[in-house]
Amino acid sequence: MASRTLPDDRGRFGDFGGRFVPETLMTALGELERAFAEAQADASFREELDGLLHNYAGRPTPLYFAENLSRKLSGAGADEPPSLRIYLKREDLAHTGAHKINNALGQGLLARRLGKRRIIAETGAGQHGVATATVCAMLGLECIVYMGAVDVQRQALNVFRMKLLGAEVRVVESGSRTLKDAINEAIRDWVTNVTTTHYLLGSAVGPHPYPLMVREFQSVIGSEAREQLLAAEGRLPDYALACVGGGSNAIGLFHPFYDDESVRFIGVEAAGEGLSTGRRAASLSAGRPGVLHGAYSYLLQDEAGQVEETHSISAGLDYPGVGPELSFYKESGRAQFAAVTDDEALDGFRLLSETEGIIPALEPAHALAYLAKLAPDIAKDSLVLVCLSGRGDKDMETVAQALGVDLV
Amino acid sequence: MSGSDTSPGRIEQTFARARDDGRLAFIAYLTAGYPEPDATPALVEALIAGGVDALELGIPFSDPLADGPTIQRSTFQALQGGMTAARCLELVRELRNKGVVIPIILMTYYNPILAYGQDRFIQDAAAAGMDGLIGIDLPPEEAEELAAQCRANSVDLIPLLAPTSTDERIGLAVRQASGFVYCVSVAGVTGARKALPSELWGLLQRVRRQTELPLAVGFGISRREHVEALQGQADAAIVGSAIIDVIEESPRAEREAKVKEYVEVLTGRRKARN
Repeated sequence: MASRTLPDDRGRFGDFGGRFVPETLMTALGELERAFAEAQADASFREELDGLLHNYAGRPTPLYFAENLSRKLSGAGADEPPSLRIYLKREDLAHTGAHKINNALGQGLLARRLGKRRIIAETGAGQHGVATATVCAMLGLECIVYMGAVDVQRQALNVFRMKLLGAEVRVVESGSRTLKDAINEAIRDWVTNVTTTHYLLGSAVGPHPYPLMVREFQSVIGSEAREQLLAAEGRLPDYALACVGGGSNAIGLFHPFYDDESVRFIGVEAAGEGLSTGRRAASLSAGRPGVLHGAYSYLLQDEAGQVEETHSISAGLDYPGVGPELSFYKESGRAQFAAVTDDEALDGFRLLSETEGIIPALEPAHALAYLAKLAPDIAKDSLVLVCLSGRGDKDMETVAQALGVDLV
Repeated sequence: MSGSDTSPGRIEQTFARARDDGRLAFIAYLTAGYPEPDATPALVEALIAGGVDALELGIPFSDPLADGPTIQRSTFQALQGGMTAARCLELVRELRNKGVVIPIILMTYYNPILAYGQDRFIQDAAAAGMDGLIGIDLPPEEAEELAAQCRANSVDLIPLLAPTSTDERIGLAVRQASGFVYCVSVAGVTGARKALPSELWGLLQRVRRQTELPLAVGFGISRREHVEALQGQADAAIVGSAIIDVIEESPRAEREAKVKEYVEVLTGRRKARN
């Protein structure tokens, strides 16, 4: 079944997806689905969004040939051509420093179309919260961001950024006090204020139509990269790599290449302290299907169906679920999924900083770390596309702490 | 009539009896295994002594996204005590063995049922003595298989309807339902509130137009005056968070007595002190 025709009208990607929410939200989800479909068909909506993506967010983002990294991972000498050619899709250069702005702009315009002037959002690493606060400031919308107390602590800089942008940050103290609980709290808010409020969900998770909508707004990543790579190399990549938490940058990169069967998709999850330790956040690698936050998808859960607490050094990957379309990719074999540990991610973080002078966020550092492990097994002259989903400024404190460096 | 069985089920009989008495039926919610793993049977006994007509027993779930702070707290405490869907079924069996004859309705998020195995859960729960099931995050569109399994085991699948439900959605829900319809009083999460919201009355009228099933009202009910306001407008009142609040606030030795007293006030058997 072609993914382009999915989800079906019940919001299913194969078995995955759906709409498992309290009845109170069902009417709003139906309205959102219709409004999104109408907006997609409306040339003036596309035009306004494209204009903002270009003039406000700085798109298209560059596609950068990482020659030093390619050489290093090929094991090639300084004067030899590298046997691998690695290209980075520079979402870190988009306004606010990550791919999250693509979706925030799309949904912000949609909320305005729905006449909803109060916006709520969840955030883990704070990137989606910052992107949402940014768009709300620009569109003149009220903005409330839910953020787990643990994340507030490890991403203090982004909390400050959100406040500067005029958003109210509500600290979530329940459960594991991370992204999962921020989503719970955002859903509780939405249930209570559904007639006036749009929930600007930041990943390709949640009830239908969110996984579809977020994929469509993020597909600009893959569409641009496809065009840019064809222009640079005259051919499609052999591999496309992205990190996977909820999976919005991954599905945004992969989807436009879906029908290009020669392009191998690899999603890289967070193994935390190791897949077998219980301190990890790799739902596709270590979970089994279940229902959380409105969708049937891979989920880290115990025998009794209770959602497990997760761990990752990267707040943006620290989530027990994953988008339903990536679960479908796993089941159908269209994508492979791997996981790397916190320590490996730190190695990936340093690798790109030192070879290319680009400090990545800890999230895409997972994809880079896996690429470093995979490189010896990749055929000569392969073309590799990596989504560099965000920049690392927000992670300075976390990395310094992990490396035992005192910043003060 | 519930399920494929031709004899009326406990839920149907209970509503019929309350109607004959000219009063609202009273449904009380407990989080299974709260505050301690073995606390539930004595609390159920207190509820029944206080005049409760039916019991709603919540299977705790790690991510109770439709619940307010009170039920969230009770949920986490019950989970820490090791409560699971399987243990909840043991609890139902235990209650039946102790002679509890009122209807028992299990209320849960979907994932614990999925993890248990949906079909096996309904069979085992029916065998244990469950009369009805409420899926908090299971709208009718996603409940078709579960509804069929419930029908096959004479279990009532009770839908939730909310003030935001359109007439079309109300129709969809009541066609799949048996037992009664759970009308959520307000767009919001569970939790005691001062007053019943105005949007409730419109919802009750719209649901009544499409079904003859009894209508039970829940979310926010905590005072006798709320129950009185429902008289003639609905068939049952459901009280959850307010009972959990009483349990939470009572010294352990007085817990059952306080719960009984509170329920007596709500059901009108006892005058409120102030």
